[in-house]
Amino acid sequence: MAQAPAIELSGITKRYPGVVANDNVALTVMPGEVHAVVGENGAGKSTLMKIIYGMVKPDTGTMAIDGKVVQFRSPKDAIDAGIGMVHQHFMLADNLTVLENVILGSEPRAGLEIDFRRASDRIAELGETYGLRLDPVLKVEYLAVGERQRVEIIKVLYRGARIVILDEPTAVLVPQEVDELFDSIRDLKSQGETVIFISHKLDEVLAIADKITVMRGGKTVGTTVPAQVNARQLAEMMIGSELPTPETRESTVTDKVLLNVMGISLASESGGKNLLTDISFKVHAGEIVGIAGIEGNGQSQLVDTLIGIKDETEGRIVLDGVDIHDRSVIDRRSGGIGLIPEDRQRQGLLLPSPIWENAALGHQNQRPYATGPWISKKGAKERTVEIIRRFGVMAPTVDVPATALSGGNQQKLVVGRELIADPVVLIAAQPTRGIDIGAQAAVWEELKDARASGMGILLLSADLEELIGLSDTIHVIFEGRLVAELDPSEVTPEALGTYMTGAAQETAP
Amino acid sequence: MTTTVESQPETREPRRLNRTTKFILVALGAVLIMTVAELITGSADLTTRGTASAALRLSIPILLAGLGGLYSERAGVVNIGLEGMMIAGTWFAAWGSWTYGPWRGVLIGIVGGAIFGLLHAVATVTFNVDHIVSGVAINILAAGSMRFLSSLVYSAETGGSVIQSPAVDGIENIDIPFFAGGDLFGWSTPDIFGWLESQSWFFVSDFAGILRGFTGGVNWLTLLGLAMVPVTAWLLWRTAWGLRLRSCGEDPWAAESLGVPVLRMKYSAVVISGALSGLAGAFLVLVQSGIYREGMTQGKGFIGLGALIFGNWIPTGVLSGSLVFGFGDALSFRGAVVFRAFVLALAVGLLLLAIYRAAQTRTRVAIVAGSLGAAFLVFYILVDQVPGQLLNATPYLITLFVLAAASQNLRMPAADGARYMKGEAR
Amino acid sequence: MRSGRFLTTVVAPVVAIVIAFSIAGLVLLFADIDPLDAFKEMWKFGTTTDSLISTVNRSLPIYVSALAVAVGFKMGLFNIGVEGAYLLAALIAAWFGALFSVTPIVHIALILIVAMTVGAIWNGIAGLLKVTRGVHEVISTIMLNFIAFSLSAYLFKEYFIPESEGGGLSSATAAIPASGRIPSLNRILGAVGIEAGGIFELHGFLIIAVFLGIGYHYLVNKSRFGYDLRASGVNPAAAHVSGVNPKVMIMKTMLISGALAGLVGMSLLLGEYHQYPQDFRPGLGFTGIGVALLGRNHAVGIAFGAFLFGFLERSALILDFFDVPREIVTIMQGVILFTVVIVYEVISRYVAKRTVEAAARATAEEAGLVSSA
Repeated sequence: MAQAPAIELSGITKRYPGVVANDNVALTVMPGEVHAVVGENGAGKSTLMKIIYGMVKPDTGTMAIDGKVVQFRSPKDAIDAGIGMVHQHFMLADNLTVLENVILGSEPRAGLEIDFRRASDRIAELGETYGLRLDPVLKVEYLAVGERQRVEIIKVLYRGARIVILDEPTAVLVPQEVDELFDSIRDLKSQGETVIFISHKLDEVLAIADKITVMRGGKTVGTTVPAQVNARQLAEMMIGSELPTPETRESTVTDKVLLNVMGISLASESGGKNLLTDISFKVHAGEIVGIAGIEGNGQSQLVDTLIGIKDETEGRIVLDGVDIHDRSVIDRRSGGIGLIPEDRQRQGLLLPSPIWENAALGHQNQRPYATGPWISKKGAKERTVEIIRRFGVMAPTVDVPATALSGGNQQKLVVGRELIADPVVLIAAQPTRGIDIGAQAAVWEELKDARASGMGILLLSADLEELIGLSDTIHVIFEGRLVAELDPSEVTPEALGTYMTGAAQETAP
Repeated sequence: MTTTVESQPETREPRRLNRTTKFILVALGAVLIMTVAELITGSADLTTRGTASAALRLSIPILLAGLGGLYSERAGVVNIGLEGMMIAGTWFAAWGSWTYGPWRGVLIGIVGGAIFGLLHAVATVTFNVDHIVSGVAINILAAGSMRFLSSLVYSAETGGSVIQSPAVDGIENIDIPFFAGGDLFGWSTPDIFGWLESQSWFFVSDFAGILRGFTGGVNWLTLLGLAMVPVTAWLLWRTAWGLRLRSCGEDPWAAESLGVPVLRMKYSAVVISGALSGLAGAFLVLVQSGIYREGMTQGKGFIGLGALIFGNWIPTGVLSGSLVFGFGDALSFRGAVVFRAFVLALAVGLLLLAIYRAAQTRTRVAIVAGSLGAAFLVFYILVDQVPGQLLNATPYLITLFVLAAASQNLRMPAADGARYMKGEAR
Repeated sequence: MRSGRFLTTVVAPVVAIVIAFSIAGLVLLFADIDPLDAFKEMWKFGTTTDSLISTVNRSLPIYVSALAVAVGFKMGLFNIGVEGAYLLAALIAAWFGALFSVTPIVHIALILIVAMTVGAIWNGIAGLLKVTRGVHEVISTIMLNFIAFSLSAYLFKEYFIPESEGGGLSSATAAIPASGRIPSLNRILGAVGIEAGGIFELHGFLIIAVFLGIGYHYLVNKSRFGYDLRASGVNPAAAHVSGVNPKVMIMKTMLISGALAGLVGMSLLLGEYHQYPQDFRPGLGFTGIGVALLGRNHAVGIAFGAFLFGFLERSALILDFFDVPREIVTIMQGVILFTVVIVYEVISRYVAKRTVEAAARATAEEAGLVSSA
């Protein structure tokens, strides 16, 4: 019985200035299949999905749904054709309710008004069928990450999607939530839905997918089944060469305490629960201290408190022997705290400004960027050239605006400008978020070199591999407290996940 | 005046109820305090029908401008140009009435405002100019254009000049049946509030007087303006169009991903805001002054924006804000004695608030309220007659004061003012 | 990216001006007036020596006003309150300056200081409201404008008017004595060979204005404060993390902007009127906003913009003779302003796109996808 593929793409090419995002890509997905598309950051997966969903038009190539060739002009066409997309970065309006978010654009009518009753019933029905229970009247801003994802899936099913695309769905979930998601995917499959699952997390892909297509550099490298391949082989297909492994190395941790955080608490402004409670830890010279935790458990607040943007309500911070708890941000920066912010575009860069001005950001009152009350353009430009050279930032000149650099190069610039200032302690928050594997390896090397030269680094990351690979010791933060101190050489990602969700507590609160 | 909206989540429903009862209690309390202040100062004018009627009338242009701002900002476009659109409304309504008659004048005034709304939309939605920059540009452009049009059209006419038009016909007032003894299909109804007012019963008569002021001699355009409040609430929270419009202001990228025509909706919203501001301008000319005069808007567009912010971007909130600001405006016309009574009432109210908050151990608020109340009390005792020029500043002072007090717990649409380009990531 | 800068700084305003003239031309046609004739007359009249002197005089207050607004713009603050600040400052400075008489330089300096202080305080109120209560500065400055109008009307009537000989009230503050007057530059002009017709005196304030422009440029573009200022305008979150205290920044900016605003009326006060009449030149605050936008917040660009607006105002006077409403100029100013912001946006986006493309091509070794900046 020759069944038409649910989706068939052939010859898909899409070019952007300077780069070929998709190069003659082919993809075939049969109905009822769970098909994974894997590749590193920058391999072309997102562009391909945008094409399938009608957000982007391919330069060449054809797409067929259930055997019929289609051309989508907008997401609406894709939705009408039965395709639903659960985006990696959720497309949910915080101020609107679950129900409003779900029905937006496809509202059921009762005369001139929206038929809220009918919508509510349908959402409850879908929740039952697929095990995605939700309260329709809650505003989305009150939902946890896993629940928001459920809203996105319901959104897609509400519109009668028969093909569900999940774009990096596990990026923000801990292992336990991933299991729940996989149960939902199995439910989808049993109801006859086709699922396309995009990821770069190979163990998960091997666990859930029926078929796997590997992409690299904009091309499709091959299609295989989980029975015939293991994670290492997949990884090598993705990168095209040997994987770098985080090697074991000699410990460079010394006894000298560079940063001593004692009993930091931060009250919430609206009078609710504390944002941080009794946080204490030390960072020694030559040490990388890792902080693991699900996003939203206090990491951002901890960074804000250490850098001086928020004032802690209790506790002391001692930097290299100096109590800095009531020093201003600029004093702390001059005193030797470097910061790689978790969102480089929001907190670390002036996008429209030239690179040399960005190199001065955070150090604009120090040499060589400034002399007296004046900015030294010459000094700044020279220093920028040095950063570019030493850290491999690819930029045509120092005058181009920061927005002209790719994500990876922007991050290298930020990392470089912080490291070259030789801080006493460097706070690195999500230092390799959203950059390609080459830049990621480069950043890891730099951090290790800095550690070897005696710097103390506080590493906050959602990438468990990164944490385990780089840290000398790992603390877990949960609901504003440190609940565990673990040895990276002994801990597994699953165990870490257990602590991160609060299921286990090592240190008593 | 309140609209209960079913789609509001349970967590909001009880709060809504509390807000309504709170609003009624505060209103009653305010009237009570003002009645007492009247007795003390011997002023008779704080809670009479005259003041109430003036307050309502003066609040309508602010209300319409504020509602206009509501549509625009709920769709994600900040509209500082409400003042300019109102100015256009005043000019076009005057010209329209002068040439064709009052009701056509209203229509033409609306169109005039909508045209400048369209310009703002083009600049912000299509070209992504900073919303505030565009709004300021619209204000300057509108003022200049109206002056030029006046020089073309009015300077040669009797009673006209570069800065004013000849007198124009306005829209008439009515009395509401039963409450204010208006006519109902020909036969005249009893004047209930009027009768209560004349009884001189303490507090009851004053309150009735206020209500009589609201219901007697009311203009058709006033009723239209008030009707816009429930209409807006219904449109935005109970229809699909309204939900889509609000989504453009909360998260246009999410809306786009679901096929909502975001750019088109923003255009509609901004043009509507221009139309409503134009209507506000028409109101000023055809109900209040009977003439176009340059600068007659006197910042009401901005005060409308203040009402929008004070009202937390909700129609009933905008109405409350407009009434407060309208009352402030009315006060500045009533004279120094009434103003003094108001200052006393304000002082008493603040001191009571301070005691109430202190009892709740919200000491910081209590201290602020208490010191302000004491300051006003001192002002009342020391100053006998506030000079006329300073009285003119009342509406603006009140706006500043209200905004400064209320600015903390506000929630504007999440993507208000955001740069949105179709197809781009956020 | 030199071509990029050229496009934005030169081509954009030129395009906007051309569009504005076209629209004005259309409007004139609609009113049955020959636009080319009108423009020709304006040019002829406007380029006489006397007119040029008058134009420069007119452009001085506009220039200072635009500088005041521009300081705020650089930080993303919209100071619409220049209007109220300068009127109040001029009134109080006029009253103050008439109280005494000392050596000219000291006298003038003191008057200027008083004016700057009043302006700084008045705009500072808006800054304070924003920093402590989160009130948006657009609304607060506009409200403060209206309050300033009332306040100055009150102060004018109650306190600042001297009795005139007849026992009635004069319509202006007392005259500032000679030591508080800035001399004209006509003699210098004559020394350079330019013969003034004798109708207008070139305001000596020109020299101060030039220094203000230079100071603005160095402060904003070369100083550490300027770096912090611009960073706060481009990305407040990043600026905060880099050590800039946002509240302090807002206050400093509003105070500086207000101080400049206070100086807006000084060229008229100290160079021509020597007293504050009831109808002291209004509207300069709003014109300043337009010119700041037109000049892209750049000291030289603003100078050109101020000159242009002054020229338009001056040359429009001739239109009275030809029965053309001189208000055509107000429309032109409004249209210039409106179109220039659109044209700037379009050109900026185009230039930015090309820059990114060029950089991407130059670094095309990057594996994979589009740079998602």
